[in-house]
Amino acid sequence: MYIEVKDLVKTFGGHVASDRISFGIRKGSLVGLLGPSGGGKTTILRMLAGLETPDSGEIYIDGKLVNDVPPQKRGIGFVFQNYALFRHMTVFDNIAFGLTVQKRKKKEIRERVSELLELTGLTGLERRYPNQLSGGQRQRVAFARALAPEPQLLLLDEPFAAIDAKVRKELRAWLRSTIERIGITTLFVTHDQEEAVEVADEIMIVSGGRIEQHGTPYDIYKNPQTPFVAGFIGESQLLDDPGSLTGFEDVKPGSKAIIRPEFTEVGTLAEVSAPYAAQTGTVQSVMFRGSSWQVEVRTGNHTIYAYRSLEQKQLKPGDDVWVLIHRLYLFNDGESYVIENAKKSTAAAAKVTQSAAL
Amino acid sequence: MAGATPSTLVRSSKTAVASAGLQESRLVRLILITVALLFIFVVLILPLITVFEQAFRKGLDVCIAAITDPDALAAIRLTLITALIAVPLNTIFGVAAAWAISKFRFRGKQVLVTLIDLPFAISPVISGLIFVLLFGNQGFFGPFFIERDMPIIFAVPGIVLATIFVTFPFVARELIPVMQAQGNQEEEAAVSLGANGWTIFRRITLPNIKWGLMYGIILCNARAMGEFGAVSVVSGHIRGKTNTIPLHVEILYNEYQFAAAFAVASLLVLLALVTLVVKGYAERKAEQARLDIEPQGGN
Repeated sequence: MYIEVKDLVKTFGGHVASDRISFGIRKGSLVGLLGPSGGGKTTILRMLAGLETPDSGEIYIDGKLVNDVPPQKRGIGFVFQNYALFRHMTVFDNIAFGLTVQKRKKKEIRERVSELLELTGLTGLERRYPNQLSGGQRQRVAFARALAPEPQLLLLDEPFAAIDAKVRKELRAWLRSTIERIGITTLFVTHDQEEAVEVADEIMIVSGGRIEQHGTPYDIYKNPQTPFVAGFIGESQLLDDPGSLTGFEDVKPGSKAIIRPEFTEVGTLAEVSAPYAAQTGTVQSVMFRGSSWQVEVRTGNHTIYAYRSLEQKQLKPGDDVWVLIHRLYLFNDGESYVIENAKKSTAAAAKVTQSAAL
Repeated sequence: MAGATPSTLVRSSKTAVASAGLQESRLVRLILITVALLFIFVVLILPLITVFEQAFRKGLDVCIAAITDPDALAAIRLTLITALIAVPLNTIFGVAAAWAISKFRFRGKQVLVTLIDLPFAISPVISGLIFVLLFGNQGFFGPFFIERDMPIIFAVPGIVLATIFVTFPFVARELIPVMQAQGNQEEEAAVSLGANGWTIFRRITLPNIKWGLMYGIILCNARAMGEFGAVSVVSGHIRGKTNTIPLHVEILYNEYQFAAAFAVASLLVLLALVTLVVKGYAERKAEQARLDIEPQGGN
């Protein structure tokens, strides 16, 4: 592991920002710290950079304990949330700052800065001041400035928070491909799951000063290990009495389940893919979601959301429909597992044996 | 924003007048403006004119003679020396205090902020008396210095000490809101780029606060040169030795040498006018620097 963090604790007054956090990161990976605001993501980043001192615990970078290494000597590039560009310096001087501090030769500095200007597409703007740049340009200056002294680790705190939605998409793709090209180990903080999923190879879900789960974006989506993660990643809904749903009769009473709209089919008997595992319901409301309909349906004593393709016939409130639930996430005494619709699988199995017999 | 400075008030009131909903009738506006102008004229401008009028009443010669009188020159010299010691010391103290208060978290911070304002809250006469009590003949440290032939009270060191005490809030007061508004993200960025404390101060902090600092220094200097109460208590009024310009003016006035008194006083008025001009300029620059923060924080 390139970065190894062990039992990191940090409190501010009475607030526990980091509660015995441990994790490891391989060299060259691009990791997103995802979680709600105030969950302790930024504190982790700041402790890695040496801008905060942990109350206890150890931080190793490349096998070396760095707890007592001052931030100046850690060789870490940091991009701040509001970029913190030096406002009285030009773009050139901003990017060159880390190099002038190291007293590099003038010629070498000029070469390195123009190389970075090119990498970040800022060539031609080197004489501008930060207040003469757009949000996206400022972010790229901050990025170039952090990269200039050739750090071994790059930390980005909410790199896209201050940029408007349209530019953000482009910047994400650009940032990802640039980081991949340089091959630098990178950690970034975000509260936006779409951003984390799109940019990161690995995600750590951070909440309440703890790491809830660490894995690839798909793994976290598919196998959430805590109700918090299931609720935070993707769209989801908490169900109280899952035992009353068709196909889930075996579920112990009193357990809680999380259901996602993409696990649910709503339609006429002919449309539903496995009618023998479905139950009836009534449409409550239909909302256009840009690329699909979102249907709110009442079935038994549950209200469930599902997506419906724009190709299919439009449903109206009051329509009687069939509701097929493919799977649920079940949480029981701290254990979590995925449970499939039992009727659907037994019916499918029966079908298979039937066709085998023929 | 921290800036309830006069210039922001003026600026915001301008925009308020421009908005149509707040238009008062012509008469009301006329009355308000007249009252304000009349008041300023009677209370501020008339006295200033009087000073110069009195100074030149007996002709330019008398005026120049009063200023070039050896005792007057000694007073001018002492005032300059005092300011030259007090202002740099208070600048260093002010920057250090503002830095500590705006950049660090520590216990007793609020107490420190309150204590900085102490000289503003105390009557200058009391400030002078404090030093008499400490360093006077019967004072706590007095005998120690008097025995070594280095008297503090009724001598130059006392005047300098009293001036430092009275003027020490100016620089810190000016810088604390500026530095708090700027936060320390730029400094943290510099740290992560490998800069040490001195480099950060010289290349990041100082350029960001320079206009606020300038403003504080000018105010501090104006007060250091003009201070009367505290200095009067510790000075002893020894002509040609422990008189500053304000004290010299008082002596001349008490001796009914009105023309001479006003001639020397006009020096202080000139200083005040120069201070106002430079202050106005520095304030505008500081305000601009403050406004520059916003586009960076936003989009």
